[in-house]
Amino acid sequence: MSDPAFQIIDPGLFTTVQDLGRHTYQRYGVPVSGAMDAFALQAANLLVGNESAEACLEITVQGPTIHFLTDMVIAITGSDMSPQLDGEDIPRWEPLDVKQGTLLTFGQLKDGMRAYVAFKGGIDVPTVLDSRSTYTHGGFGGYRGRTLKSDDVLPVSSDSASVSRRKLPSGYTLPVYGNHHEIRVVLGPQDDLFTEDTVATFLTARFKISTESDRMGYKLVGPTIESSNSANIISDGNALGVIQIPGDGSPRILLSDRGTTGGYPKIATVITADIGKLAQALPDHTLRFNRVSIEEAHDALEHQNSVLSALSRQGKPLSMTVSIGDTAYQVETPDGLPVTKTSLHSASISETTRRLSAVIDGKTFDFKVDVTQEA
Amino acid sequence: MYDIPKIMPMGDQALVIEFGNQIEPECNARVHSLTRALDLSTPTGVVAVIPTYRSLTIQYDANLIGYKDLTNQLRDIDVNSNAHEILTNRIVHLPTIYGLEFGPDLEFVARHSELSAEEVIRVHSATDYLVYMMGFTPGFPYLGGMSEEIATPRLETPRNSIPAGSVGIAESQTGVYPIDTPGGWRILGRTPLKLFDTSRERPSLIAAGDYVRFVPLSNKDEYQMIEEQIMKGEYKPTVTTE
Repeated sequence: MSDPAFQIIDPGLFTTVQDLGRHTYQRYGVPVSGAMDAFALQAANLLVGNESAEACLEITVQGPTIHFLTDMVIAITGSDMSPQLDGEDIPRWEPLDVKQGTLLTFGQLKDGMRAYVAFKGGIDVPTVLDSRSTYTHGGFGGYRGRTLKSDDVLPVSSDSASVSRRKLPSGYTLPVYGNHHEIRVVLGPQDDLFTEDTVATFLTARFKISTESDRMGYKLVGPTIESSNSANIISDGNALGVIQIPGDGSPRILLSDRGTTGGYPKIATVITADIGKLAQALPDHTLRFNRVSIEEAHDALEHQNSVLSALSRQGKPLSMTVSIGDTAYQVETPDGLPVTKTSLHSASISETTRRLSAVIDGKTFDFKVDVTQEA
Repeated sequence: MYDIPKIMPMGDQALVIEFGNQIEPECNARVHSLTRALDLSTPTGVVAVIPTYRSLTIQYDANLIGYKDLTNQLRDIDVNSNAHEILTNRIVHLPTIYGLEFGPDLEFVARHSELSAEEVIRVHSATDYLVYMMGFTPGFPYLGGMSEEIATPRLETPRNSIPAGSVGIAESQTGVYPIDTPGGWRILGRTPLKLFDTSRERPSLIAAGDYVRFVPLSNKDEYQMIEEQIMKGEYKPTVTTE
């Protein structure tokens, strides 16, 4: 079920519907698309009580004016574009109640360049190739395959989410993007086509983001980075954040709308945890690359995801599951009630036996789990 | 082709497994064999694969699998065995009208190759072309195996718009444009088939590892008949196996 939920009065500079993108069709040449700052999009969704991957608005530099056609809950994350409801400043990174008939506007761009607006229930445009993300160059996905225009009316799913709303942990510091960005990279896949000196230059220089930058990727201005043999390799696949070095020696970082394959050598790849920072970097901002190992990159990603998982745990009773192989079984009382963390009373653990009791509806249930070694 | 495939990280959630450093069918077959093996076994954490000329890019979810575990699993898949190659290759037939308003460069290619237009059509449609990879735009196949007899340089000035379905050549490559796009290839003809359609369950008519066979249509009526059948949803593309 979905209802007309909001109307675009002014579309802003470049406003599209995005989720986390379409991944599996890359083998047919279909770009992934999806939110440039996937962390901000996921956080916005979780704050309004959605699952993390629902479709949101991605707004760029200059925000839209939105007229609400019904009461709802929204959250705005990412860039600070001075959002207001009916002329009153409103906070970012928290769930907000909005009333039918109110106007959401954006003002001065204070920090970052891309903001996300999540709506409780999620924007309900049709899925195209398993995603609601807009791919403007291909003219499909999102709302009619294009950026939003004045008078567009978008539906939001009215299926009520199980969680009403969530809050960021009190100690959490909101992202501040700034105008210089330290970006971590993993070297490769073709760093061996560059001399040690060139790689050193690449890892120490300050680059400036060129105005020739968009959702496909960012072009960088700085010292010329030359590969040691020819400028081209045999075309292979492009991952998110990969940094190509074309014949002109200006690095290009490939982002959400990147082509699936390319024939320029790739010196390094931005780690997933720093893609959001890049998504918030404007032309003329500077950046510098820092080399990390894959393990360090995975730790950084886990750290970033821990904020999202802490959010997603809120409001949901933690259930207890026992996994055997790849299958997880929910632990239930004999009359079929789920055992959750809130009902769990005590647990004693020995090497081979886990003994726990749960109090559910005033009744105490004892569980004994014997762990036996595989023969 | 390398004795042992090279595995290289591409960031923290993708890797490239490279089988060689040449564009040739044997090396490309390894890529498609591994693709099929992964399609059948769907290892935990593999999100997407991009088969290309001589390598396979694998996107994975670092929350589900680490780089080392994934590379170990990949090394255990024996792509040298023929087990995955028993699967037959698909040949996708593309009915194509050559010349007329559909192929404005047919005459030029004929003059350049010192052949008649009929001979160019015969040469171009005589080969089953291997789809080495897909890319450039959604549904665009990179085809290999065109005869050098009809190799022709690109246009000096690219056209602003080439209609979807146009069949062209550039040097010794041939290809089909899946969507309207600017381009500098010499256009020989056009297929009425839709190479890419997001409303289909299988959006791309062609996949990497397939073969493409151009089947010449004898006149405009045949082209229009197929076009009408497609519009009514009554046309079923011909796909045979080797």
